Amino acid sequence: MDLVHIHFLLLSLLVIFSILAALNIRIIKAAILLAVVSLLTALILFLLETPLAAIFELSVCAGLITVIFISVISLTNPLTREERIEEKAKTLKRFVFLPGIVLVCAAAFYMLENSTNFIPIGASEIAVAQEGLWNSRQFDLIGQIIIILAGVFGVIVLFKDNKDDGGKK
Amino acid sequence: MTISLIFVPIILVILLNIPRLSGKTAYYAVLAFFIWQILSVFFPFTGSQQLAGLIGKVFTLNVYADGMSKIMIISAAIVGFVSLITSKAFSKYDSRLFSLSNLMLLSFAGINGLVFTKDIFTMYVFIEVIAAASYILISLDKKDGALEGGFKYLIISSIATVMMLFSISLFFLTAGSTGFAEISTAIRDFGGNPVILAAVMLFITGLLIKGGVIPFHSWLSGAYAEAPAGVSVFLGGIITKTVGIFALIRILYLVTGFNENIKMVLLITGALSIVIGAIMAVTQKDFKRVLAYSSISQVGYIVLALGAGTAFGVAAALFHVFNHAIFKSLLFVNSAAVEKQTGSLDVDSFGGLGYKMPVTSGTSAIAFLSAAGIPPFAGFWSKLLIILALWSAGYQGFAVLAVVASLFTMAYFLTLQKKVFFGELNPKLENVREAPLSLTACAIFLCALTIGVGLIFPYILNVFIFPAVGIM
Amino acid sequence: MIGDTLFLFKLYLITAPILFVVGIYAIITTRNIIAMIIGIEVMMKGVTVLLAAAGYFNGKPQVVEPLIITMIVVEVVILMISAGYIINIVKKHDSLDVANINKLKG
Repeated sequence: MDLVHIHFLLLSLLVIFSILAALNIRIIKAAILLAVVSLLTALILFLLETPLAAIFELSVCAGLITVIFISVISLTNPLTREERIEEKAKTLKRFVFLPGIVLVCAAAFYMLENSTNFIPIGASEIAVAQEGLWNSRQFDLIGQIIIILAGVFGVIVLFKDNKDDGGKK
Repeated sequence: MTISLIFVPIILVILLNIPRLSGKTAYYAVLAFFIWQILSVFFPFTGSQQLAGLIGKVFTLNVYADGMSKIMIISAAIVGFVSLITSKAFSKYDSRLFSLSNLMLLSFAGINGLVFTKDIFTMYVFIEVIAAASYILISLDKKDGALEGGFKYLIISSIATVMMLFSISLFFLTAGSTGFAEISTAIRDFGGNPVILAAVMLFITGLLIKGGVIPFHSWLSGAYAEAPAGVSVFLGGIITKTVGIFALIRILYLVTGFNENIKMVLLITGALSIVIGAIMAVTQKDFKRVLAYSSISQVGYIVLALGAGTAFGVAAALFHVFNHAIFKSLLFVNSAAVEKQTGSLDVDSFGGLGYKMPVTSGTSAIAFLSAAGIPPFAGFWSKLLIILALWSAGYQGFAVLAVVASLFTMAYFLTLQKKVFFGELNPKLENVREAPLSLTACAIFLCALTIGVGLIFPYILNVFIFPAVGIM
Repeated sequence: MIGDTLFLFKLYLITAPILFVVGIYAIITTRNIIAMIIGIEVMMKGVTVLLAAAGYFNGKPQVVEPLIITMIVVEVVILMISAGYIINIVKKHDSLDVANINKLKG
C-alpha cells in the first residue's frame, strides 16, 4: 500500500470518527470516540515526522483528556431514558444536514485551493539541521509554566467544596 | 525591564505558595508588585534591569518592548491595583483573597508576556494564559450567573482560539516561521494568495471575538455583569483590551499592515459596535450590564480608529485604550461601591443615592463625562483624535457617525446617573452610607487620573502616544 | 513524486477545515454542555493536524514539534477549567442541558 493511500485512509477515518463523536447522543460514547480521534491524530502526527508530538498527543489527549471526560461524566447525571429517546430523534434530524455540509465545504475548500500558487516541499526531500527542541521557543516554555500554575489554581478554586469559602453574597 | 516583568510574578507566586502564606500577605505583595511595575517603566534602574541581566544568563527570550507595550503595562498595573483593592472589600475569607491575588499575578505574567512578544504563536500562548486566569476569576464565587456567563465566555473564546491557531498554521505554511517579521515578509511577497488572505482574516476575526466587538459580543455582557465586583473592574478595564484590542493593534501594525479589505472590516464592525452597543446600553436595567454594553460601544471607537489605517489612527486608538481603562474601571469601582452599600444593582430600585454617597456620585459623573467626550476630561481628547484621524484618512461619514454616537453615550450615561444618583431619595435607601474608604480612595485616584490626563494631554501625547507609533 | 506531495497537501488542507466545520456544527446544534466541549476538542484536533502538515510540507517538522506540544498543554489546562465549570454547573442545576440552565436564570 502506498504512503498516500495510508494518509488518505487515516484522514477519512479522522473525519468520520469526529462526525460520530461530535453528534453522538451518549456522551460517554462520544468521549470514547474522541479518544479514537486522538489516536488517529497521533498516527497522522507520526506520519508527518513529528514523533514527540505524536507521543504527547497519545498520552495526554487520548489518555488524560479521556480520563477527565469520563470522570466528569460519571460525576454528573447523564440523561434519563425518556430524554435520551427524545434527544435521539432530534439528533437524527440534525445529523441529516452534516454530511451535506461537509461535502459542500470540501468542494469549496478544493476550489479555493486550486487558486493558490503555493508549492509544498516534502519533509523527506529536505534535510533539516536537528536543533535543540526548545532553544528558539523558551518564551513559550514560560507561557506553559504560567498556564500550568493557573490550572493548579483553577483546580483549587473550582473543585473545592465551597462550604467554608466563596458564595458569600 | 521586559524579562523581569514576566519572571517576577512567577517567582512571587512560587514564594507565596511554598510555604503557603496568608491571604493578606499575598494581597500586599501583589499591590507592591503593581507599584513596582509602574515604577519600572519610568525608572528602569529600580531593580528590574539588574534582575533582567541575571535572568538573561539562564534564558534567552525573544522579547520586544516599545512605546505601545509601555502604555499597556502602565494601564494594566493601574487597573490591577484598583481591582485588587476593590476585591479586598468583597473578600470575607482569607483563602479567597489568596487565590485571587495569585490568579491576578498569573494573569499579569500573561499580560506582560503578551505585550512583549514578537512571535505570533507566543502571542497565542499568552492570550490563553490570560483567558485561563480570567475564567477562574469569573467563577471565583461560583454564583449561578457567573458560572453561566463564564462558560459562555469559555466556549466562544475557545472557538476564537481555534480560529487563531488555524491562521497560525496557515501563516507557518507560507512563511515557514511564526515570527512577526517573517510573516510580514511572506504577506508582502504573496499578498494576493487566498491562503494568506484567509489566514489574516481568521486571525483578525478571532481577535475581534475576544475583544467583544458587535457581531461577536454575546459573551461579553454575561461575563462582565456576573463576575465578582473586583473582577469586573479587571475584566472590563484591561483583560479584553489586551487580549483583543492590543493584540489586534500589534498584528495590524507589525504584521499585516492595512489594506482596503481590513480597513472596511474594521470600520464596519467598529461603527456597528458603537451604535448597537449604545442602543443596548439604554435598554439595560442592571448597572453592570449598562457598563458592559457601554464597553462594547467604546471598543467600537477603538476599532473604528484602527480602521482609519494611519499611524495617527493607531495613536488615537492607543490613547483611547488607556482612557477607557481608566474611566471604565472607575465606573466599575463605583458600581461595586453601590453594590456593597445597597446589596443590589437594579437601576430602577435606586434614586437619590447621590445624597448618601457624594463621592461615588461625583466621581461617576466625571467618568460619564469623560466617556461621553466632554472637555476637558481625558475621554474628550482621545475621541477628538479618533475623529480627526478618521477625517484626515478620508472617512468623513464615519467621523460624523462617531460624533453623533457620542451623543448616544451622553444619553445613556445621563439616564443612568439620573436614575441612580439624582432625583428623589428612595425611602428604602434611608440607611445607606458612603462606601468604605478603600473604594472611595480608588475612585478618587482614578478620577484624578482622568482629570489630570485631560489637563496635561499634550505632554502625554508627545511623550507616550506619538513615539509609540513612530510619529515625530 | 511532486504530484503525490501536492495531492497529500491538498488533502490536509481540506481535512482540517472540515473538522473545524464539524466542531462548529456540533457546538451550535447541541444543548449538552459536555458535547460542546467535545466539539471544541474536535476542532483542536483539526488544527493539530493542520499545524503538523504545515511543518511537514515546509520541510520543517522539527520546528512545529514544540508548537504542537505547547498547544496540547494549553488545551489540557483549558479543558480542566471547563471540567470544573461543568461540575459546578451540574451541582447548581442538576442538569447538563443549556436550556434548563438558562431557564433558571430568567
